[in-house]
Amino acid sequence: MIAKRDKQAIGQRFLQAFREAGAAEVAPDILLPAGTLLDLYGEDIRARAYTSTDPLRGEVMLRPDFTVPVVQMHMAGGAEPARYCYLGEVFRKQDPGEERPAHPRDNEYLQVGFELFAHDPQADAEVFALFHKLMAPYGLRAVTGDMGLVMDAVRALPLSQARCDALLHHVWRPGRFGRLLARFARPVTPRDFAEIAAPWAGMRSEAEMERRMARLKADEDAASLDPVWIARLERMFAISAPMPGALAELSHLADEWPDLAPAVGRVGERARMLSDGGIAPETILFDASHGHRTMEYYDGFTFSFVAEGRAGWPPVATGGRYDALTAVLGRGGRAIPAVGGIIRPGLVAELEVS
Amino acid sequence: MIRLGVPSKGRLMEQTFDWFAARGITLSRSGSDREYAGRVQGADGVSLVLLSAGEIPRELAAGRIELGVTGTDLVREKLAGWRSDVTEVASMGFGHADLILAVPDCWRDCENLDDFAAIARDFRAAHGFRLRIATKYHRLVRAWLAGHEVADYQLVDSQGATEGTVANQTAEAIADITSSGETLRANNLRILAEEPILRSQATLFVGRGALEEVRPFLAQLGVAV
Repeated sequence: MIAKRDKQAIGQRFLQAFREAGAAEVAPDILLPAGTLLDLYGEDIRARAYTSTDPLRGEVMLRPDFTVPVVQMHMAGGAEPARYCYLGEVFRKQDPGEERPAHPRDNEYLQVGFELFAHDPQADAEVFALFHKLMAPYGLRAVTGDMGLVMDAVRALPLSQARCDALLHHVWRPGRFGRLLARFARPVTPRDFAEIAAPWAGMRSEAEMERRMARLKADEDAASLDPVWIARLERMFAISAPMPGALAELSHLADEWPDLAPAVGRVGERARMLSDGGIAPETILFDASHGHRTMEYYDGFTFSFVAEGRAGWPPVATGGRYDALTAVLGRGGRAIPAVGGIIRPGLVAELEVS
Repeated sequence: MIRLGVPSKGRLMEQTFDWFAARGITLSRSGSDREYAGRVQGADGVSLVLLSAGEIPRELAAGRIELGVTGTDLVREKLAGWRSDVTEVASMGFGHADLILAVPDCWRDCENLDDFAAIARDFRAAHGFRLRIATKYHRLVRAWLAGHEVADYQLVDSQGATEGTVANQTAEAIADITSSGETLRANNLRILAEEPILRSQATLFVGRGALEEVRPFLAQLGVAV
């Protein structure tokens, strides 16, 4: 059992490193209004975050992560480029399903993080290089991905705008994404909407229903997606190799799928920037599915540092680009390019004692 | 002493009494209808505790009763990791009810969960908030929808008259227990064409630590463990 004080000391060490990298330290609230988090993450967050109620402020949540308060703080008046760092507790509950776990995960632990808001093509590489340097002593496996590549691949499929939008909306939900894709590959069975005598009820309007029915009607003429595209997507998702090998596979794929070339070019460019910064690309894994199965709103570069042989551990450090989140938080759709990540000092402490 | 927790009123209590009577055990309320004390005849060392069906899961998990009769829905909703706390020993064949997701019958374009997921997405885009599902079964509904990767919805708490929430515009859909579906139809709601979220029935549960102690009594009831 490592004392919290010791974990805190390790967190302070990383915080100091983030300050030296030019970040201003911020201390977001621990109790956050639940509304924003719920709107952003949906019911999943209620299953993971502790909620409480305040007679005046309504439902509040114990901070489940730092991203939202830091983005809000920046949007309220930060100038670009901005670098922020923070250290503090986050709180996560675990709903065990049918059986109680033998070793429950910590429900309160430290995160130390760094966020960069900047219109700068080097930003991804800057953040990754910083985390890479800090994680170097611990022999972790570095895994990267790129949701921008996945999204470009979806946009490049020969699909109607409506079909493409549906796939993009569910790009972080592999099951639903797969169901949609399988449906688009089949001929459309025309829908026969039964006449129903029931009176209209509820807030969804009849016009909304008619719009959807019109969309489904228009979709009846859509050509089935050629299975060759699904095979290409699957080939892309299956790419998981050290950066140079993954890039070679991606270029092969782009040969027969030219629309993918710009996104592949970006992955290559990032690898070059890392290499310029002294990181050997062959030591970094590129996994095309990496962001597909992680948090919603990561929409570009993603990374994690994983302790191999530590079953059940989350990544020791993780992060990525989340412009999509700033667009939702910014209401009027004002997206701010944002990339950042966190380290879990508690896990680093365990690595240091063993 | 084995403490047997039984729902304290209504059909669930009567049918529980019948089930035990058919196995040679007479359960009865002592004194007046208003008194929540009970008597057990036909078995030694067993006492009757009359409780609200909703509290029986918690009492079993806490070890304050050794045996309890309640719905599988209540155990699964109220006890996180329920298999670690209680064991199902007999499905009792009554109190059947399904936990289902229902939408306004006027939604002609909504037959299944895929339709529902698409409608939730449209609704969120059109109204600026997530489609609301009224329920009191938060954990079960959330886990089921997460399993099917439905996004763009939120749960709103409804502890009663849930079927009325759609007409009152406090929810767009509901998730609730139904046996005949009559209340749903009366409120112009329709069950989605999917397997229910859960099929529930009255069930005899044993608290995790009490299995050895209750084994002879279960044998007397003809219940194999």
